[in-house]
Amino acid sequence: MRASFVASEVGNGLRRNLTMTLAVIITVAVSLALFGASLLVRAQVTTMKDFWYDKVEVSIFLCSKGSDTPSCAGGAVTAAQRDQIKSDLESLRPLVEEIYYESKTEAYERFKEQFKNSPIVGNVTENALPESFRIKLADPTQYDVVASAFQGRPGIEQVNDQRQVLDKFFQLLGGLQLIALLIAIVMLVVTVLLIVNTMRVAAFSRRRETSIMRLVGASNFYIQLPFLLEAALAAAVGALLAIGGLILMKTVIVDGVLAPSFQFTAFVGWDAVLAIAPVMLITGILLAGLAAFFTLRKYLRV
Amino acid sequence: MILFDHVTKVYPTQQRPALDDVSLEIEKGEFVFLVGPSGSGKSTFLRLVLREERPTKGQVWVLGKELNRLSNWKIPMLRREIGTVFQDFRLLPNKTVAENVAFALEVIGKPSSHIKKVVPEVLEVVGLEGKEGRRPDELSGGEQQRVAIARAFVNRPMLLIADEPTGNLDPGTSVGIMKLLDRINRLGTTVVMSTHDSQIVDQMRRRVIELEGGHVVRDQSRGVYGYAR
Repeated sequence: MRASFVASEVGNGLRRNLTMTLAVIITVAVSLALFGASLLVRAQVTTMKDFWYDKVEVSIFLCSKGSDTPSCAGGAVTAAQRDQIKSDLESLRPLVEEIYYESKTEAYERFKEQFKNSPIVGNVTENALPESFRIKLADPTQYDVVASAFQGRPGIEQVNDQRQVLDKFFQLLGGLQLIALLIAIVMLVVTVLLIVNTMRVAAFSRRRETSIMRLVGASNFYIQLPFLLEAALAAAVGALLAIGGLILMKTVIVDGVLAPSFQFTAFVGWDAVLAIAPVMLITGILLAGLAAFFTLRKYLRV
Repeated sequence: MILFDHVTKVYPTQQRPALDDVSLEIEKGEFVFLVGPSGSGKSTFLRLVLREERPTKGQVWVLGKELNRLSNWKIPMLRREIGTVFQDFRLLPNKTVAENVAFALEVIGKPSSHIKKVVPEVLEVVGLEGKEGRRPDELSGGEQQRVAIARAFVNRPMLLIADEPTGNLDPGTSVGIMKLLDRINRLGTTVVMSTHDSQIVDQMRRRVIELEGGHVVRDQSRGVYGYAR
């Protein structure tokens, strides 16, 4: 094996087939960038789930004067009802991890804090806000147990699970991720087809060399190696571009735009980028290498 | 060296066999002409020897190996011991004479020190000393064929296959090429050469195998091109 000979063959091959090489690099870059983006969104969803599921609460809103759900027919919640609910909640430990009672006054304080920049505060009085129990579950997926025990009980207006709201949001993100992944897969298929075609053209344009190589007894491996290395090299360059794109996405979109605007939540860190980048590189090189290998087996027979 | 044992070759797209029950033996050190009209099976014979085709029936033995039982990855090893020369030279136009010969050694992984030593030697054998730096399009047809022969001979193969090597050359140039092939034969390499050139065959007086319609119709030591002449 003579490395310098193989290297010069690879260089010549890439130069002679420059337009096709560029096409391969660009498709690999675009498809892998999408692939990486979809992985990044998934990492983002995981990060947010970890962050939020730790914080979500189940809220049990108690009846106040003027509530019109059937369970509030008896008017505002009585002190006896409130105590009963509280002791029932206590009996649900350890499923229920924390119980916190929020009075109308506290609710109003929190409301004022949350909407301090909004004119809506002036229109809302302390009485319009319901008192509630805020519950933190040890396992947020066990919400149904709480809901079935308290929903519709006299004195309880509504049982609310913040997780359901979040889940809708995560579903949306998950959908976006799926779309990105599907597009990435389509693009990767296109990339494979392009590599197959590029290899076919390359094998054809160098049929003189390869036929002489066959004639003088060069091994298949030796004949195919320059082609394989060309494909792998083009894919590696494309993958590096895609990784650059991913780093750009993280810096500009996540760190630059999203994180400052949505400070209440967590965003993916560089560790996720660091984990995704090698996956992209290996996917790209492996895909190109395999596509080239199977094409060459057909076009460079012994 | 070469042994055909009841060899039949039928190409998938054709009904008539290209070779039909051919049995013959070529000994080490022989110089053999393969003659016959186009389509008589000469090229098929040579392709079977190079294991570019497999026989439909029968066995082909080359250099002590039965080619049907030779696994695919060993074929390159077989071809390293066989030199091949063609009518159309098959040189690389963008490489010089020396580079064309060196290419054959590079692709089988020979070290460059070895290449630097043997390439000038073989170019001297074929009479191309002083033209190492020329490109094929700066050479005459005869000289190009000498480059091809140098490339085929640089590994000192046991067997040299020449498929109409003088087919593109004028008679005067052909004589020079034949002298070269004769010299290579005298150095111990078995030469099998297909040709249409009756003059050459008649002059050389070597073994002649005549094929027609896939059959061996004549096998004569010290033969001529055809009876009719």
